[in-house]
Amino acid sequence: MPKGRARLHHLLALAICGALAACNGELDSRADEVVTSGPPAYGDTFIQASIGDIGGLIPSLTSDQSSHEVGAMIYDGLVKTDKDLNLAPAMAESWTYSRDCLELTFKLRRDVKWHDERPFTADDVVFTYQTMINPKTPAPFKEGFMLVKDVVAPDPYTVRVRYAEPYARAVETWSTYMLPKHLLQSFAEAGTLRESPQNSWPVGTGPYRFQEWKPGEKVVLVANPDYYEGRPYLSRIVYRVIPSQATIFLELKAKGVDYVNTLTGIQYARQTEYPAFRKAYHKFRYPASDYTFLGFNLKDPRFADRRVREAFAHAINKQELIDGVRLGLAREANGPIRPGTWAYTDDVKRFAYDPEKAKALLAEAGWKDRDGDGIVEDPDGKPFTLTIRTNQGNDERKKIAEIIQQRLKDIGVQAEIQLIEWAAFIKEFVKPRRFELIVLGLGTGTDPDQYVVWHSSQRGPDQMNRTGYANPEVDRLLEVGRRSCVQQDRIRSYHQIQRILAEDLPMIFLYYRDALPVVSSRIRGVSPAPAGILHNFDEWYVPKAQQRYTAG
Amino acid sequence: MALFALRRLLLSIPLLLGITFISYVVISLAPGGPLDFLTPEDPNASPEVKERLIKEFGLDRPVYEQYWKWLKRAVHLDFGRSFLPDGRPVLTKIGERLPITLFLNLIEMAIIVGLAIPIGVLSATRQYSLYDKITTVFVFVGFATPDFWLALLLLILFGVQLGWLPISGLRSLNWEYLSFWRQQWDFFAHLILPIAVATFGGLAGFSRYMRQSMLEVVRQDYVQTARAKGLSERMVISKHALRNALLPVITILALALPGLIGGSVIIESIFAIPGMGQLMVQSVFSRDYPVVMGNLVIVATLTLVANLVADITYGLVDPRIRFGGRRGRR
Repeated sequence: MPKGRARLHHLLALAICGALAACNGELDSRADEVVTSGPPAYGDTFIQASIGDIGGLIPSLTSDQSSHEVGAMIYDGLVKTDKDLNLAPAMAESWTYSRDCLELTFKLRRDVKWHDERPFTADDVVFTYQTMINPKTPAPFKEGFMLVKDVVAPDPYTVRVRYAEPYARAVETWSTYMLPKHLLQSFAEAGTLRESPQNSWPVGTGPYRFQEWKPGEKVVLVANPDYYEGRPYLSRIVYRVIPSQATIFLELKAKGVDYVNTLTGIQYARQTEYPAFRKAYHKFRYPASDYTFLGFNLKDPRFADRRVREAFAHAINKQELIDGVRLGLAREANGPIRPGTWAYTDDVKRFAYDPEKAKALLAEAGWKDRDGDGIVEDPDGKPFTLTIRTNQGNDERKKIAEIIQQRLKDIGVQAEIQLIEWAAFIKEFVKPRRFELIVLGLGTGTDPDQYVVWHSSQRGPDQMNRTGYANPEVDRLLEVGRRSCVQQDRIRSYHQIQRILAEDLPMIFLYYRDALPVVSSRIRGVSPAPAGILHNFDEWYVPKAQQRYTAG
Repeated sequence: MALFALRRLLLSIPLLLGITFISYVVISLAPGGPLDFLTPEDPNASPEVKERLIKEFGLDRPVYEQYWKWLKRAVHLDFGRSFLPDGRPVLTKIGERLPITLFLNLIEMAIIVGLAIPIGVLSATRQYSLYDKITTVFVFVGFATPDFWLALLLLILFGVQLGWLPISGLRSLNWEYLSFWRQQWDFFAHLILPIAVATFGGLAGFSRYMRQSMLEVVRQDYVQTARAKGLSERMVISKHALRNALLPVITILALALPGLIGGSVIIESIFAIPGMGQLMVQSVFSRDYPVVMGNLVIVATLTLVANLVADITYGLVDPRIRFGGRRGRR
């Protein structure tokens, strides 16, 4: 059995690699095959290094990654994303749509208990919904709930959700962490959730129970013996806050932490390639759920001309960026949909690196070097100069800007680089659209619906269509795509959207970074999949003989 | 003397008001606001939430109004709650980080003073000797070495290569299960490197002040007189010269008082110590106005108090100032 499982994992890893085409053979042959040996055993402490502290313990109120990582262990939703990035049952054992897609019925599991032993019921679901739509609740992600018409609980284990019009992400919305009504009702109604005890001493239904939060220092969770999927093997999780990337790396070298997912490309590819490290840790690599892009301001008359955008696309060598900035640890992006998910297509127009063609396109658009200074000018003699802006403190984006600056110079465009502190960057440049080119990243959810990023109605200063993109055909497809609950119908819309975006080039999609986690080799049961490695965390274990921390 | 202290005390009230007002205006003027972090660059974040929080935090009001509201509460020592999603009271947030920072800084200060005085005195009494030259080079190397670089080198040597000392944090993860003495050792071991790095960097300034001050004093007539009386050199230095040379050093020490509650961000980040430095920087970056202001008030108050204390102790230690003051009042 152990051997068989190992082989299966290996096959899986290969399958992912094949599907993504952009796999780098050399690195992947060194990526780890997972060995499972020794019977699963309970016990031991799992130590994760985290670069930032959590914002709070009601994850619905926070937007930082650490809070959501910790929250995912304490709380559960009705549904979850499985290892293949599909929606799967969690606290709901099943769900059905009415024929018109307007009514969604969840059947809840009957064996779920809150960490304080109270049973989890449909009332909690209704309460969570009411809390999320309550204007007094400062939850940054409530979009999906605003489209709900009503939620009723016909019996304690059935929840019926009705929508005014079909909403494709309806099921996904219910992966939201459920909140305990019996503990939070008064705070939710008063709008003081942030100040509730739950925010520093949470009660959830997830595989781990909260034990301790020392701000700036650590968060400690312990295994929930009554977890409905069975008690997780690892007894304790400690999230250690270590604000310095360098220190995390040293802790890793000294084997002080078991899991790190913030290694830089150079640390992952070069500085951890020595035998002792390879013995102590397993490395994993899979596409992360965000892409990095170079965004045009389409309000700028120069970029309103498609030929100029195409010229820029031809001028940039994505592979060079991936190799130079990520040491190859990324995959070329040609659209905003995460590769490997059902809505993704790679059948889109690509712009090969071709500076000559880029120059020709610029010339066609009227940009020629008229005075021989190496910079192209428009017919009035105005040189093509611009500023590439990105946020300070992100070394990757800075390097991207530098490489692009060089490549633009090759085609006669003079670019300055400006790095601005995050808050100022967003407020002064991105939101009022006072930029020419920006380098930024965007996350892609599990669902392909990106209405808020591409629809022409979303161009306001506080909205997400940052480049100011507007295309009636894309608007229509986005609307169609989010108004169906049948995956097959949706696929067509999203494939078409990807094709149009690739031609329209509102931004140049650069790459999808790879997530680069390393896990201590004493941890067994890790099983890489398109969704990453954490999807089966409650099956991870340390064989008895190798357990390091007996306490707990 | 008492009158002098009282007058200085009264004067610091408008001063404190001015400091807080300017701080409030400056932090409010900084581009970006606390809400840009609650609703980040994410396609699913909703703008309505932001509107609502802006109202709730009162950020839609003019700055002077916000300041007035803040001030009315601050005089009752109510600094409000953090704007971050944890929503915890400012004083709690500061309170849980202050002890460790204070503790570290006091130890550092004690070591620095303990080392800098003898180094400075010896350098001064043996000016231009080999010892003077070596210590000068040593303290200047300390002064010029970037904290983070030294810290990382020491971590690699003692933490990774030799494995003698822990790398980061304040306590080992199995701390609760250690015996009492092992616990003390564990805590101490975690502090050795951060204290060593901070001390090394701080030694230079202080020992140079001491040396300079001593050099001036030993040239004074009364030291000559002491020597002429036939006192041993040891007596001359320790009894007559040192006491006078310490005067300016006291001022510097007192002025270093507010620094005691401000942690070093670099050292705290590298050694993962949850102290005041990190809190302050994080609150500035996330535009968490209540925490920034709470912090500033404490620092400003301490600075004013330190100035006052410096003036008063100066008077106590230096008879010239004391008597001069009496004569002036007559």
